[in-house]
Amino acid sequence: MAFPHRPDAPELPDFSMLKRLARDQLIYLLEQLPGKKDLFIEADLMSPLDRIASVSILKQHEVDKLYKVESKPVLSSSEQLCFLVRPRIKNMRYIANLVNTDKLAGRTRKYKVIFSPQKFYACEMVLEEEGIYGDVSCDEWAFSLLPLDVDLLSMELPEFFRDYFLEGDQRWINTVAHALHLLSTLYGSFPNCYGLGRCAKMSHELWRTLEEEEDGETKGRKAEIGHIFFLDRDMDFVTALCSQVVYEGLVDDTFRIKCGSVDFGPEVMSSDRSLKVLLNAEDKVFNEIRNEHFSNVFGFLSQKARNLQAQYDRRRGMDIKQMKNFVSQELKGLKQEHRLLSLHIGACESIMKKKTKQDFQELIKTEHALLEGFNIRESTSYIEEHIDRQVSPIESLRLMCLLSITENGLIPKDYRSLKTQYLQSYGPEHLLTFSNLRRAGLLTEQAPGDALTAMESKVSKLVTDKAAGKITDAFSSLAKRSNFRAISKKLNLIPRVDGEYDLKVPRDMAYVFSGAYVPLSCRIIEQVLERRSWQGLDEVVRLLTCSEFAFTDITKEDKASSESLRLILVVFLGGCTFSELSALRFLGREKGYRFIFLTTAMTNSARLMEAMSE
Amino acid sequence: MSRTKGDEEEYWNSSKFKAFTFDDEDDELSQLKESKRAVNSLRDFVDDDEDDDDLDRVTWSGEPVGSISWTIKETAGNSGSSHEGREQKNRNSFSYGQLPKPTSTYSLSSFFKGRTRLGSIQSLSDALSDTSAKSYAPELGRPKGEHRDYSNDWSLHDTVRRLRKGKVCSLERFRSLQDKLQLLEEAVNMHDGNVITAVLIFLKRTLSKEILFRELEVRQVALRHLIHFLKEIGDQKLLLDLFRFLDRTEELALSHYREHLNIQDPEKRKEFLKTCIGLPFSAEDSAHIQDHYTLLERQIIIEAIDRQLESAGQTEIFRKHPRKASILNMPLVTTLFYSCFYHYTEAEGTFSSPVNLKKTFKIPDKQYVLTALAARAKLRSWHDVDALFTTKNWLGYTKKRAPIGFHRVVEILHKNSAPVQVLQEYVNLVEDVDTKLNLATKFKCHDVVIDTCRDLKDRQQLVAYRSKVDKGSAEEEKIDVILSSSQIRWKN
Repeated sequence: MAFPHRPDAPELPDFSMLKRLARDQLIYLLEQLPGKKDLFIEADLMSPLDRIASVSILKQHEVDKLYKVESKPVLSSSEQLCFLVRPRIKNMRYIANLVNTDKLAGRTRKYKVIFSPQKFYACEMVLEEEGIYGDVSCDEWAFSLLPLDVDLLSMELPEFFRDYFLEGDQRWINTVAHALHLLSTLYGSFPNCYGLGRCAKMSHELWRTLEEEEDGETKGRKAEIGHIFFLDRDMDFVTALCSQVVYEGLVDDTFRIKCGSVDFGPEVMSSDRSLKVLLNAEDKVFNEIRNEHFSNVFGFLSQKARNLQAQYDRRRGMDIKQMKNFVSQELKGLKQEHRLLSLHIGACESIMKKKTKQDFQELIKTEHALLEGFNIRESTSYIEEHIDRQVSPIESLRLMCLLSITENGLIPKDYRSLKTQYLQSYGPEHLLTFSNLRRAGLLTEQAPGDALTAMESKVSKLVTDKAAGKITDAFSSLAKRSNFRAISKKLNLIPRVDGEYDLKVPRDMAYVFSGAYVPLSCRIIEQVLERRSWQGLDEVVRLLTCSEFAFTDITKEDKASSESLRLILVVFLGGCTFSELSALRFLGREKGYRFIFLTTAMTNSARLMEAMSE
Repeated sequence: MSRTKGDEEEYWNSSKFKAFTFDDEDDELSQLKESKRAVNSLRDFVDDDEDDDDLDRVTWSGEPVGSISWTIKETAGNSGSSHEGREQKNRNSFSYGQLPKPTSTYSLSSFFKGRTRLGSIQSLSDALSDTSAKSYAPELGRPKGEHRDYSNDWSLHDTVRRLRKGKVCSLERFRSLQDKLQLLEEAVNMHDGNVITAVLIFLKRTLSKEILFRELEVRQVALRHLIHFLKEIGDQKLLLDLFRFLDRTEELALSHYREHLNIQDPEKRKEFLKTCIGLPFSAEDSAHIQDHYTLLERQIIIEAIDRQLESAGQTEIFRKHPRKASILNMPLVTTLFYSCFYHYTEAEGTFSSPVNLKKTFKIPDKQYVLTALAARAKLRSWHDVDALFTTKNWLGYTKKRAPIGFHRVVEILHKNSAPVQVLQEYVNLVEDVDTKLNLATKFKCHDVVIDTCRDLKDRQQLVAYRSKVDKGSAEEEKIDVILSSSQIRWKN
C-alpha cells in the first residue's frame, strides 16, 4: 500500500513560487488602477484565483466589492470597475454592453480589463467595434500555471481541448510556450525533449523560439528537470474514455474534482451540509489511497481506522502527566486523521452506492470487452439499451466513442441505427454533436477499403475538405483511423494474465484499469524514456498516423546532473486523467523516476464528451 | 461625452497611456533590468524569505468561507461589507507588511512590468489606421532613437514576432496580395493562433471576400482559424458564404441548422426548422431534420390542447398528475413517454396518441414497449402492463412476449415499486433459471424462489433460503411442507 519512492528518487522542485509570482503580478495589476474599485471575476477564474489569493489580499489593494461576470444587470456604484476575465468574445460583449449603458446615461467611470492568461486580437477587435476601445484599458495577467499538487501543474484551460482538437484553433499554443518558458526560467531549461502529435511539435517549436529570443535568462542555470515529453490528447483518446477505477479518478468521475478540490455533498458527509475539500498530497490519508485501485481502498481505510482506535485507546491507563502529553502532542494529529478518515470513508460509501445503482460491474465488463475486441455485438446492444433507456446522454456517447475508436469506426449500419436512437432519446439537436465527434475523429463510420498507404495518409492530411472533390471525402474519414487494435498488439497494452491479476501488488501500469489495459499514453512515454528516442517505435508511430510529428530534441550538455535526468516533465496538450497520473507515478516508483505533470486541464471521459456536445 | 480639462488631465495621468510617456522610459528600463536580476535570484530570494506563513494562509484550507468564490456569492445581498473589509485589512496588514512592496526594485511584480506594458498597447487596427498622431509604447530595451519607426520598417519576420508578443505593429504596409499572403504564411509558420487570427482580421478587412476565400481554400490552417473566428464573433452570414464558396454543403446546412438553438419561441423555431428541411444534408440527416420539424409541430399542438385541459381541471389524469413541465422541445422518447402517460387510450387518429407517434417516427418495437412500460408502471396501471405483453395466437390462446426480455421488464417494474404479486408474475417468465432465481431473491419474490428451488430439487438452497424469510410466515410454512415432502428426490 502506498509504495514509497526509491531512495534514489530525485526531489521535486518547489512549485509554490509559481503561486507567489501569479499573486504578485495580480497585485501589481490591481495597483495600476489606484483607488477603490469593484472587481468583476469570470466564473471560471474564481477557483484558480482562490488558490493563490484571498479576499483580504484583494481588499488590501482597494478592491471594494466582488462580482461574478454573468448576464445580470450590474448594480455596482463604484467609480472604477475592473474585469478579470478569460479572453472570450462573450466577455467583451458583456463589458461593452456595460460601458455603453454608462455612456448613454452620461456616466463616466474608469474601466480596466485584465485578460488571463493573455489577450487575443479578436477580443480587442470586438472592443473596437463596440466603440469602447480607449474607454477601457487592457492588461494581461500571465497566470498560466497553477500548482494543484506537488507534482501537478494545471493551466486550467479546459477549452484548449475543443479549440484545438475540434476547431483547429492554435491560439493557446503561445500560452503553452510561455508557460514552459517561465518554467525553464525558474528551474532551468530541459535538455532532453520528446514529443508526439502536431500540437506537441508546434508547442515545442514555439517554446524553443522563445528560449532563443530571450537567451540570457536561462543560460547558465542548471537544468533541474532533465526530460520533457509533449503529448497530444488525440494520440490516445481510449485511455481518457475509460471509466476510472483508481481512487482519485473515481472521485473525479463521481463528484468532479474542480481545481484540485471537491464538493462533498450531504450524502458523503452524512449530515445536511456540504464541504469543500482540498485533495492533494497534504491530505495524508488521501495521499496514501489516491493511486490505489478502488478495491484496495476499503481495506486500507478500515485498517487505518483500527490503528486510530488503538491510539485513542492508549489513553486509558495513563496517568495525569502522560495524559497531558497525549492531549498536547498527539490529540490534534489524531483528530485531524480522524476527520480525514471519516471523510474518505463517506466518499467511498457514496461511490459504492452510486456505482451499484448504475450496474458498474456490467459497464466495466463491456469496456474491457471493447478494449480487448471481443463480443462486439454484445457490447453494441449493451450501448443500444443504454440509449433506449435514456441513461445519461454523456455515458451513452462515451461508450459509442470507445466502440468507434477501438474498432476503427462503427460499421455503417450500426452507426446509423445508434445515431437515430440517440437523437430520439436525447434530442434531435445532437445531430450537431455527432458532426463534432466525427470531425474530431472520436466517433466515425467505417469506410470501405483497406489500410492506408503512407502516401494516402499524407494526402488525406493535407486535403481534408470536400472542395477537392469526392476522393478527399473518403480520405478524410480514413485519416482518422485509430488502428487501436494493431497498436495495442504492438505495445502489448492488454496484459496476458495467468490467473488473477493481483491489484494489491500491481505488476504494471495496467492496474489502473483493473489489470485489463495499460494506458496507451503512459506506455508510449515509458517506451520512449527507456530508449531515449523513438527508435524502434516507427511502426507504432506510423499506426498513430503521426510520423511527421514524433520528435526528439537532445541538447548535449554536461551540466545535467544524474538526479535531474530522473526528473521528467510530461506535458499533456488537451488534458490528462487522474488514472494517467497514477499510472505514471507507479512507473516512476518502479524505475526511480519522478514525474511532474503539466496539463492544459484535468479531464475525464465526461468532460471530453461535454466539450463536444452542443 | 465631454470632458473638462481637469478630467482630461486626470484621465491621461491615470490611464494606461501614462506608462508610455517617454519621460518614464529610462526609469522603466532600469526597473526591468532590476526585475530580470530579481528573477534570476528568485530561487534564493524566495527560499530565504521567512514569509512562507503568509503563503500558507493563502493556500486553501478547505474552508470555503472567506474564499473569493464565497464572497462573490455574498456580494449580491450584502453591500455593507466595506467595514468588514477594513477590519480584515487591519488584521492582515501586519503580516503582509513583510511582503516585498510591489514598487520596490526587487519586487516580484516588477518582474512582470515589461509584460504588462506589452499588454496595454494600441489595438491592431488602431495601429493600422494612423501612426503619426499618437504616442506609442516605446520598445523596451531599445535606445530612444529607434522608436520613431515602429510602423513601416519591420521585416516580415519581425512584424509577426511583434504581433506574437502583443506589441503594436502596423500591417498597413502589406498592400499587395503577395505581401499579405507572405504575412499570413509567416504567421502560420509561427504556430501562434492568435497571430494567425490577427492577420486574418486584417486580410478580411482589406481583401474582397472572393479573393480571401480563394486564397484560404489552399491554406487549411488559416482557413480553420477564420471559420472558428467567424463562429465566435457570430458572423453567420460570412460563414455561410464561406462554406458556400468552398462547396462544403453539409457544413453549410449544419451551420444554418445550429441557429435554431438561439430561437426560444416555439412557433418561430418551428418555422425556422421548416427552412432547414430543404438544405443539403446527408440523406440520413435530412430525415432527422424532417423528424425534428414534425416533432416540434406535434408538440406545439399537444401542448396547446393539454394546457387547456389541465387548466380546465375536468380531466382526471391531469388533476391527479399535474404536468411538471411543458413537452415543447423534449426528445422523441420523452414525448412518447408523455403520450403514454396522459394519452394512452387515444385512438390512432389523434396526434397525441402513442400509436400515432410510433407510426409517424417509425419507433422500433423495443423502444416503444420499453417506454410504454415505464409510463404505465409509473401510473401503477398493471392491467395495461399486462396487456402490453399479451399476444393472442390464431387459436385464441394468449401468450406473454416481451421484445426487451422479461428480466428488464422486472427491473423497470421494480423501479416503479410494483407489488410483489405483479413482480413475481414477470419474474416467473424469465427464461434463464439462474437469472430468474437471482431476480426473485433480489426482489423478495418468495414463492418464485421456493418453487424454483423445488423444481431444481435443490434442497440446500431451499434450506438456506428458509433463514431469510420471516419466522412464522406463510413462506416458512411452505418451505417446511416442501422440505418434509417425501415426493421430491432432492439432488443434494
